[in-house]
Amino acid sequence: MAEALEATTGAAGVLLLTFVLAWTASASYAVATGRSGGDAVLHAPREMARLLRQRRRDTISADRLLWRLAGWSLLPVAVLLVALVPLEDAALLTGSLGVVWANTLDILVWAFVWLVGWGANSVVGLVGGYRFLALALAYELPLMFALVAPALAAGSLDLAVVAGAQGSLWYAAWMPVAFVAYLLGVLGFSVLGPLAAPAGRESAEGVLAELSGPDALVVRAARYALLGAGAAVAVPLFLGGASGPWLPGAVWVLLKALLLTAALAWVAGRLPALRVHRLVEPLWTVLLPLVVLQDLVVGIVVVAGR
Amino acid sequence: MSTVSTVSTVSTMGLVDVAFWACALVAVAMGVLVFVVDSMARATYALAASFVATGGALLLMQQSYLGVVVVLMMVMEMAVMAVYMVMFMGMNPALMPMSMVHSHRAAIGVAVVTFVALGSGAVLVPWPERRGSPSPDVTEALGTAIMESHMLVMMVVGPVMVATIVVGVLLSSSRTRYDRMGDDLDQPALDPPALERREERR
Repeated sequence: MAEALEATTGAAGVLLLTFVLAWTASASYAVATGRSGGDAVLHAPREMARLLRQRRRDTISADRLLWRLAGWSLLPVAVLLVALVPLEDAALLTGSLGVVWANTLDILVWAFVWLVGWGANSVVGLVGGYRFLALALAYELPLMFALVAPALAAGSLDLAVVAGAQGSLWYAAWMPVAFVAYLLGVLGFSVLGPLAAPAGRESAEGVLAELSGPDALVVRAARYALLGAGAAVAVPLFLGGASGPWLPGAVWVLLKALLLTAALAWVAGRLPALRVHRLVEPLWTVLLPLVVLQDLVVGIVVVAGR
Repeated sequence: MSTVSTVSTVSTMGLVDVAFWACALVAVAMGVLVFVVDSMARATYALAASFVATGGALLLMQQSYLGVVVVLMMVMEMAVMAVYMVMFMGMNPALMPMSMVHSHRAAIGVAVVTFVALGSGAVLVPWPERRGSPSPDVTEALGTAIMESHMLVMMVVGPVMVATIVVGVLLSSSRTRYDRMGDDLDQPALDPPALERREERR
């Protein structure tokens, strides 16, 4: 009984945290794109009220099953990512493979974003879907190799162990390339900032173009939720997890997650969305080799420290 | 106390069995759907769902790493495969339903024979008794096997796969880096929009 209660409060906490992270990301992104403070904070609830009342419109011969299934699956991916983050010593979803699970969840986004574009049976949606996959291949490999670095240094794939292994020198400080590649990947799977081409304005918002009503709401909210969730996973990976003075560990995790979410969303909102071919080449030819070098450096440090 | 623990063990065993059979049934049903549906996207993602259920079955066998990696790799692979399927089949999204089978009878025959042969093999072979016990950390044991006793296999398979990918892309690409950056690779890169403009000028 006590276990069931604990699990229920844990799940409610994760849902609440995902909501707060998504709202923070949306407000910060809105500030960065030129809205004033109060307007930016109210942007998300206003959009929510507007889209909930909007009538659903369909396209001709849409693949409704795949379209709706994919759109409504994006938010649960963000929630599961947040559930992987260890607050104090354990996460809601504990396990020895947290790093691999986080990677698997962000891979699911590949399928869902492409299907949101495909399912609408519209040219712009399809263009957005293809853009996303081209970008996904380019950001995912640096992201995967970026995940290798903290796991290698901690000698574990368990997010709680990775967080605990950092001591006073956070991994973000001595693995900056991996940290940057990871954050770029987060922007990639939340389709925001410089990697927002799949939902680009010049293609009538691409994968988002034909969505309406609650379907549009869940996908739009999921982009900010995924940014917040990705930032929250970065806390045990790169920012020392629960470590910090005075305050209890869980508070530090929440604080770091919120700050990183706000900062990342702000930077993403300040940067222009780049065309796919302008991004793919540097991601493959510059960032990927740099991240592999980063892994090599971490490997040498680990072996030398034995 | 001992009764309680026995009862709880039996009930958890029961749950795991139910979950395993559910995964197995979903995997087979989704595999069948691949040939029943009439769209490339649905066929591809039915196959992805089948692999996700297979990953679930592996998780239930306490092969956590293999299970999660199957889900990771297969969703990634199917996302890319869907693009290639659509590209080579030239199907318009949803507007042109098309059959997912060809050589219908022969294919069914081969599939049934293979399934019966492999399935009866799995059921009828006298499996040996377990000797020894599983490693306490199967993920680490897997990593050690790949990086030590099976290193040679991995070192051969890796380059072969990369070579296959590079050659495949090269053979299918109409433009190489020499078309893009000139014979001495010293020109600024010329990509489709600019390239089209240049060809219009000619």
